[in-house]
Amino acid sequence: MNKLKMAASALALCAMAVPASAEDVKIGVISILEGAFAALGQDGIRGAELAVLETGGEVDGNKIEVITMSSDASPDSAVNAARKLIEQDGVDIIVGPLSGSEGLALRDLSKSYPGVTFLNGSSAAQDTTLRDSSDNFYRFGGDGAQWMVGVGDYAFNDMGYKSVAVIAEDYSFPYTQVLGFMTEFCEAGGKVPEKFWTPIGNKDYSSVVYSIPQDVDALFVALGGADAVNFLTQYSQAGGDKPIIGGSITIDQSILDSKGPFKKLLVGAPAGTPTVGDYDGDEWKAFTASYTEAFPDGFSAPSIFAHHYYMSAKAAMLALDEVDGDLSDNQAAFRAALNDLTFTTPTGGTMRLDKNRNGVIDNFVTEVYEREDGTLGNRVVKVVRDVDQLLGQDEEAFLASGPVSRDNPSCP
Amino acid sequence: MKQALTLVPLLILPFVLNDFWLTQVATRSLILGIMALSLSFLATYLGVVSFAQATMAGMAGYTIAFFGPNSVGIGVQLPFWVSIPLALTLAVVSGGLIGLIARRSRGIYAIMITLAIGVAFFYFTRQNYALFNGWTGFSGVRAPQIAGLSLRDPLPLYLLSLGVAALALALVSGFVRSPLGLTIQAVRDAPGRVLALGISVTTPIVAAFAFSGLLAGAGGILNVWYQERISSFSVGLGPIIDILIISVIGGLRHPGGAFVGAVVFVLLDTFAVDLIDRERFNTLIGVVLLLIVIVAPGGLQQLASDWMARLRRPEAPKKSTV
Repeated sequence: MNKLKMAASALALCAMAVPASAEDVKIGVISILEGAFAALGQDGIRGAELAVLETGGEVDGNKIEVITMSSDASPDSAVNAARKLIEQDGVDIIVGPLSGSEGLALRDLSKSYPGVTFLNGSSAAQDTTLRDSSDNFYRFGGDGAQWMVGVGDYAFNDMGYKSVAVIAEDYSFPYTQVLGFMTEFCEAGGKVPEKFWTPIGNKDYSSVVYSIPQDVDALFVALGGADAVNFLTQYSQAGGDKPIIGGSITIDQSILDSKGPFKKLLVGAPAGTPTVGDYDGDEWKAFTASYTEAFPDGFSAPSIFAHHYYMSAKAAMLALDEVDGDLSDNQAAFRAALNDLTFTTPTGGTMRLDKNRNGVIDNFVTEVYEREDGTLGNRVVKVVRDVDQLLGQDEEAFLASGPVSRDNPSCP
Repeated sequence: MKQALTLVPLLILPFVLNDFWLTQVATRSLILGIMALSLSFLATYLGVVSFAQATMAGMAGYTIAFFGPNSVGIGVQLPFWVSIPLALTLAVVSGGLIGLIARRSRGIYAIMITLAIGVAFFYFTRQNYALFNGWTGFSGVRAPQIAGLSLRDPLPLYLLSLGVAALALALVSGFVRSPLGLTIQAVRDAPGRVLALGISVTTPIVAAFAFSGLLAGAGGILNVWYQERISSFSVGLGPIIDILIISVIGGLRHPGGAFVGAVVFVLLDTFAVDLIDRERFNTLIGVVLLLIVIVAPGGLQQLASDWMARLRRPEAPKKSTV
């Protein structure tokens, strides 16, 4: 045991003896590189690397070094990864994490490290920035509610749905998504008589399928990956024929490509998302081209994760450029530059921050359509620009409605 | 006396290690070691491998989070001198209850029962919002301040963990020599004979589980102060298996093995990602653990003490490791 400890001490001394050049700017990127999210997490890293590549790897003579760390979707692992990046690797800036509860954990952690700037990756829980925000935690992107803007309105006015049942996973990100949908839908006059919260990774949805009220017009399904496939399969096998409304991660291309009788339910289904792979805006086409050139082994178009990690890393590069790489005085000048930063996003909008350092974003309403060859795709039916975290509402009223949960919001 | 000598280099560590090494490696090893010790104790002296140690640690951790300062607005704030004994008591009670449920089973059946309890607790914490705050759990948990000094600062937390670890080891070695400890070992070796002597088997088994709950609970309290948060992930299958791995690679022969295993585990967990391609580090961790189990079936602690014995008396006949 002593020998081990001594070896550890010797290692520690070596680690401390390696001096970092004062000019280097170290960026730690935290993403999920293990388990079910590994492929998507890797795409997040690509997004951050792309932003650094675009600068040629240095800003005003300051070399940019990227160090990646993996978490496993748990808040604890994200905190451990961040601590290692800060205390061992000495990073100045952290970009990440990927998922909602990890974001809340790093927001709390950032208060203990005022000398490091945290730029959220793709995590989209509402309270990461809305309540109890941290001065050095920035989100150049939206939360799950912003990602649903436009859908509630579209469902009520364009699709004519008056009453919708909700099926969603039981944690912070789907709560936020349901809030984004219901805020508009209920305001327009719609009703949500029943909400079903299912555990993540649930296999058997039969109890939910048979409890769905017969008199609703549609189902709002905020499930991800295999959960969505399982639910939709079981629902259509049981003879369910209500139209579907999708969350931001419900109807992605992998679900549209999978085989199953539920596909007929999906044609025409609207969904809300900040990232559409085959959007035909000029900025997005340019972004996709540089992505596929830099990463020939990546996806055919940047995913929502690459898109969001890219925007955060890009913001860091632009702000660094503005202050000539000056990170002195607890990064005061750098943070002031971040606060005032505006830049054009890959979706063609103007990214800027609100006073809680949360992004004002573009959002898309998409619908599933059948291509000529019979396969399914998503196409954009509506672009909503300048969506802020308060969803256009009065701040006091918005905060007074309380944190999202199973029962909030409610309009039965 | 030999044990006391071990403490000397450990007390010097804070002077040679930076904060990262002291907190992220040394303190974390001690905390995980304490939790693994609770499993080693059960496995060695009662002969039962329990997968519910993360549950007992979680009970204590959640109690501290619920009755302490946290940033999620759930729970009641109590002074730490109330919440700490309460947390330990609940951990002991949960340990005792688990022992009561698992008392009739041995070997793989005991593993199944304790695993079921551990996983049930995990899903319960994930879906209960009133007490455990579901998926998100508790964040912003602060360690108590004593005379303006936060116990979460690197040095106090290290010394506290070291103190608790030393105390836990001393408690284990004292407990196993006490009449109750001896009865527990008798139950392990020959439950039939213990019964024939007119001694109930239930009491020693429940007592052993309750004692392991005390150890796990102490580790759980330190862990929630160290992480500053606790959620369903802290009591899930990941931590359950981590505790088992630490105990097994450290070796179940000697209680100190848990700490050796913890140091190796933490070093691997922290630095594997630096040694190999970022996408493959879990493979490296797996291979190293596999090698340890193959090369040192008695655990690293056993391997090290065999080598020491050989170095000291080279003429002595080779000792079997099994």
